[in-house]
Amino acid sequence: MPLPPVLILACGNPSRGDDALGPLLVDRLQNWLDEAGLAAGIEVLVDFQWQIEHALDLIGRHLVLFIDAGHDTPGPFVFRQAQAGAAASDAGSCSTHALSPEAVLAVLPRVVHEAAPPAFVLCVRGERFELGEALSPAAAGHAERAFELLQDLLRGPDVDRWQALLSARVPSDGD
Amino acid sequence: MQQAQGFELETASAAAGSLRRVAIDPVSRVEGHGKVTLLLDDKDQVQQVRLHIVEFRGFEKFIQGRPYWEVPVMVQRLCGICPVSHHLAAAKALDHVVGAGRLTASAEKLRRLMHYGQILQSHALHFFHLSSPDLLFGFASEAGRRNIVGVAAAYPDVARQGVLLRKFGQEVIRLTAGKRVHGTGAIPGGVNRALRREDRQGLLAEVGQIVGWSRDAVQLVKRLHAADPALYDGFGTFRSNILSLVGADGALDFYDGQLRVRDADGGILVDGFDVQNYHQLIREEVKAWSYMKFPFLAALGPRQGWYKVGPLARVQNCDFIPTPLAEAERRQFIDHGQGKPVHAPLAYHWARMIELLHAAETIAELLHDDDLSGSELSTSGARAREGVGVIEAPRGTLIHHYQVDDEDLVTTCDLIVSTTHNNQPMNEAIRRVAQRYLNGRELTEGLLNHIEVAIRAFDPCLSCATHALGKMPLQLELQDAAGAVIGRLSSAS
Repeated sequence: MPLPPVLILACGNPSRGDDALGPLLVDRLQNWLDEAGLAAGIEVLVDFQWQIEHALDLIGRHLVLFIDAGHDTPGPFVFRQAQAGAAASDAGSCSTHALSPEAVLAVLPRVVHEAAPPAFVLCVRGERFELGEALSPAAAGHAERAFELLQDLLRGPDVDRWQALLSARVPSDGD
Repeated sequence: MQQAQGFELETASAAAGSLRRVAIDPVSRVEGHGKVTLLLDDKDQVQQVRLHIVEFRGFEKFIQGRPYWEVPVMVQRLCGICPVSHHLAAAKALDHVVGAGRLTASAEKLRRLMHYGQILQSHALHFFHLSSPDLLFGFASEAGRRNIVGVAAAYPDVARQGVLLRKFGQEVIRLTAGKRVHGTGAIPGGVNRALRREDRQGLLAEVGQIVGWSRDAVQLVKRLHAADPALYDGFGTFRSNILSLVGADGALDFYDGQLRVRDADGGILVDGFDVQNYHQLIREEVKAWSYMKFPFLAALGPRQGWYKVGPLARVQNCDFIPTPLAEAERRQFIDHGQGKPVHAPLAYHWARMIELLHAAETIAELLHDDDLSGSELSTSGARAREGVGVIEAPRGTLIHHYQVDDEDLVTTCDLIVSTTHNNQPMNEAIRRVAQRYLNGRELTEGLLNHIEVAIRAFDPCLSCATHALGKMPLQLELQDAAGAVIGRLSSAS
């Protein structure tokens, strides 16, 4: 079976409050993709956090979208393009057990000598991250806005189209 | 018998009004959130050093009231770094609740395979990703280079092997647990799936290379030690007791066994201790300045009874390693101590790579065993209301203890995790590093990284799978005695 060209790579812990934003969004997204008949070309993966081995999941993809909760992210979300080169000058991105999307992209060419595919990041603002907490009302609202964007993106998974949506899709909470 | 030493620099002796505080908050490349505070006097002499770690807050509340059969799955959400260890420790505890005193051969071997896959991937991640930047480039080298991307640029083969070792371990977990994350492989009384023969064949095709790379990793860490023995033997070194599970025959065993404790000279203090009675062996002290408790041996008290856990303890606590390549490496390691236990924190890396090799060899052996594809997967017996499960997680001894009521709901949950066992040892290591490297010197990022190098040697995991983007900068604040910030450094600046 050929590898789906589009990879959605979400992360988060479903039992840590708003850290569940990533897993919840992709659960809902998978159902929508199935119902919309769009699932064939798109693979959805979820993990607690991004790690070095996720670089191997990028091999052979044409387009990648990272989805995560953000602590200091402007609400309701930020949609940006990830640049692999940014990781080298961003020590903090490599400074924990978890890697940033940029660091995952930067690992790929050095490990398997393959260029990283175009990649984007959807970072949805969260408020509370304590063990056992449910999704906060504010994060639930942010997730609704983010899901609208996801539907828009995946109706036409194309780099140029996604780039065109970058600046147009950074709404504020007050929108 | 010479006892453990420690507790210097836990409390400042100089007048508080003449001191200034330095905080490293949070500690980087450590899962979760940690903070180190240094109290310096007006001559920049270190007067107090403390490692503060956010405890597993809400653990009991998270688990209590849930049906016991949910617990092995739920506890994986306690920690994004070692979910499989919690999964298996919980299942082992709840085996007692369902009366499964002895698992079927297939169930035990499948759990072992899953666990040794976890050891392999976790040790690979720690050494190649988290620690090799410090070890290969130097503790005070350019901060922007001290990461996996820097290693991949300068040592591409090392980085590649690290990634592929980790990937293999994750694949073992996926095939035995059913999923990459939130797996359900272990259940109270056994497992719920066998390993398909075609999956075994797929893993067997790769495992020879995995063993080879693991051997290379041991050689790499030995070369690092040989290149600077004074540093590797002396950096942050302190003496302590050691504790771990040991198999009934004295073998290194990550999955099951009885507790053994040795003193700082290697003499056996406790042996063959039944894990079901762990609460008679271990007590925990609470200190006002730390969220995390300080475990100690009840018989020795808090000042003499603290101990190290993890690879450095395990490799020296066992009588032998039951795979040939790792056993040969263990003997070389023991010889390095010249008849005495090795207590150097940086030797954790050496011991960890010996364990990596042992895990790879064990996986290779297990994959030839047809019990992995057997059909007798679970068992049960007389129901009990309580169970203890102990496992050697990658970072050290992990204890899960549950009580269950007649409605099958968990009423009590008590967990002692590896990082908590190592609380006092990590504090001791950074106090020695601070005295040796920081006294009287202007503090720089490189010097402060020495503190973090000592902490990272223990591979602490701070429970927190929360990793949201933007939550993990390294920050250093210099404060006067009144708490006013008089300077700030950041890794991003």
